[in-house]
Amino acid sequence: MSTGMRIVDIIAYPFIAFLIGMLYMGIARNIIGRIHRRWGPPVLQNLIDVFKLYRKREAGSHGVMFHLGPIIMVTGVVTCLYFIPMLSDGRWLKGFSFDGDLILVTYLMVLGALGMALGVGQGGVPFGVMGVTRGLTRLIGLEIPYFIAIIVLMAHYNTASINKIIELQAGGLSNWAMFKVPLAFIASLFSFWGMMGASPFDIPGAPQEVASGPATEFGGKYLALMMSSRGIFGFLKLTLWVDLFMGGAANLLILVGKTFVLFVTVLFVTSVYSRFKVEQAVDFMWRYPTIIGLIALVIEMVR
Amino acid sequence: MCTDNPGVWEYIANWARKHSIWVLAYGTGCGAIEMPPTMTSRYDAERFGLRGAATPRQADLLIISGYLATKTLKRVIRTYEQMYDPKYVLALGSCTINGGMYWDSYNTIKKLDLYIPVDVYVAGCMPRPEAIIEGIIALQKRIEEGRAEGAKKYRENIEWYKKNQREVFGDEMLPDYTWNFEGGI
Repeated sequence: MSTGMRIVDIIAYPFIAFLIGMLYMGIARNIIGRIHRRWGPPVLQNLIDVFKLYRKREAGSHGVMFHLGPIIMVTGVVTCLYFIPMLSDGRWLKGFSFDGDLILVTYLMVLGALGMALGVGQGGVPFGVMGVTRGLTRLIGLEIPYFIAIIVLMAHYNTASINKIIELQAGGLSNWAMFKVPLAFIASLFSFWGMMGASPFDIPGAPQEVASGPATEFGGKYLALMMSSRGIFGFLKLTLWVDLFMGGAANLLILVGKTFVLFVTVLFVTSVYSRFKVEQAVDFMWRYPTIIGLIALVIEMVR
Repeated sequence: MCTDNPGVWEYIANWARKHSIWVLAYGTGCGAIEMPPTMTSRYDAERFGLRGAATPRQADLLIISGYLATKTLKRVIRTYEQMYDPKYVLALGSCTINGGMYWDSYNTIKKLDLYIPVDVYVAGCMPRPEAIIEGIIALQKRIEEGRAEGAKKYRENIEWYKKNQREVFGDEMLPDYTWNFEGGI
């Protein structure tokens, strides 16, 4: 691949994630509308919203950190995205992969939340601070089953490279990690739903409860940056789970197909359940998914 | 078009603004009860791109749904000043147009347009959700044509608006920092 092609590849990486992520969010709103027996907004609604927010003429800032918070968020998400290969075959959209990138990715995934917390702190809105506190508390709950699942996966394939894990899953449905280590997949799926903001675990934003949580004081271009990074982050998580448990994707069509199936499970969960309290969410996460994950870990050690 | 040579970006932006209106519903008086059916399954305003906004910072449209006592007017003005340009106001019911049944009241204002710039009035006592949606479509038309420049109007005529507000509030006037963004918030 020539240098020019490589540059195009690198620049296209976040934009593809942004477009597909925003489209999924629009589809989610539409499907939830249909579940409510109404027409729902058009599929492109979230892209229109983001464009409108970027074109707002004013956006108040409360200081340097308030300004940098959303920027750190986007930077963290995009950096993390580059280490997750979108496609496994060919030379396009492979990202920067190296041995042990799975450990780096799990670390970088928290950077977005950290940037948000720093920015909100300077805004000084009680709802925002409350949202950040709730979000970080929830993170303690979500990460336990997620890390256990990752450890099971690393132990099973004896590698910490995402590309290697995809390679080892090649050769048909039965080789996918979701069937090889099913209990780890189930445990990680709970934290996946939580990370996607599906309804029993949507405590940081909590519509009708704490205004819009961490985003309360952010408007205009800041909110646009936050929405963009949420779209990219959503697609990042979908891609990561497809890479780790569903055998990766050979081309963009397969990637969209697999991520969409995974995304529909999020929608089914979010449209059925009501919200947990903070302590209930952590309690749930530390109980059922963690126990499932630990059983998977024991099975893996005995095997 | 009202603005001088808005350019293609402004044209696209107006199209996006028209299709993505985030609503902050200020529920005063009896009109507040008309908002839930407008947004939910029966009338489904979301198909026009409407969405509830949680805070003034994120909102585009302020819906005033009824009479305003002088005490609530103060909150409305503060809320309006915290919203970011471009911002629109939709006033519901005859109470906001001429006082309505509160014409003789000692403590309500009669004409909202004296205190903040109103883009669209929806007459009625109370207007039904169909009428609200019709008002929103009228607002969308104004936005598309670039005529919904309430924030600009408010900034340019700030002395006049502040004079009217001072007549109502007297000594308990609002602080300056809610509308003056010059030195940051």
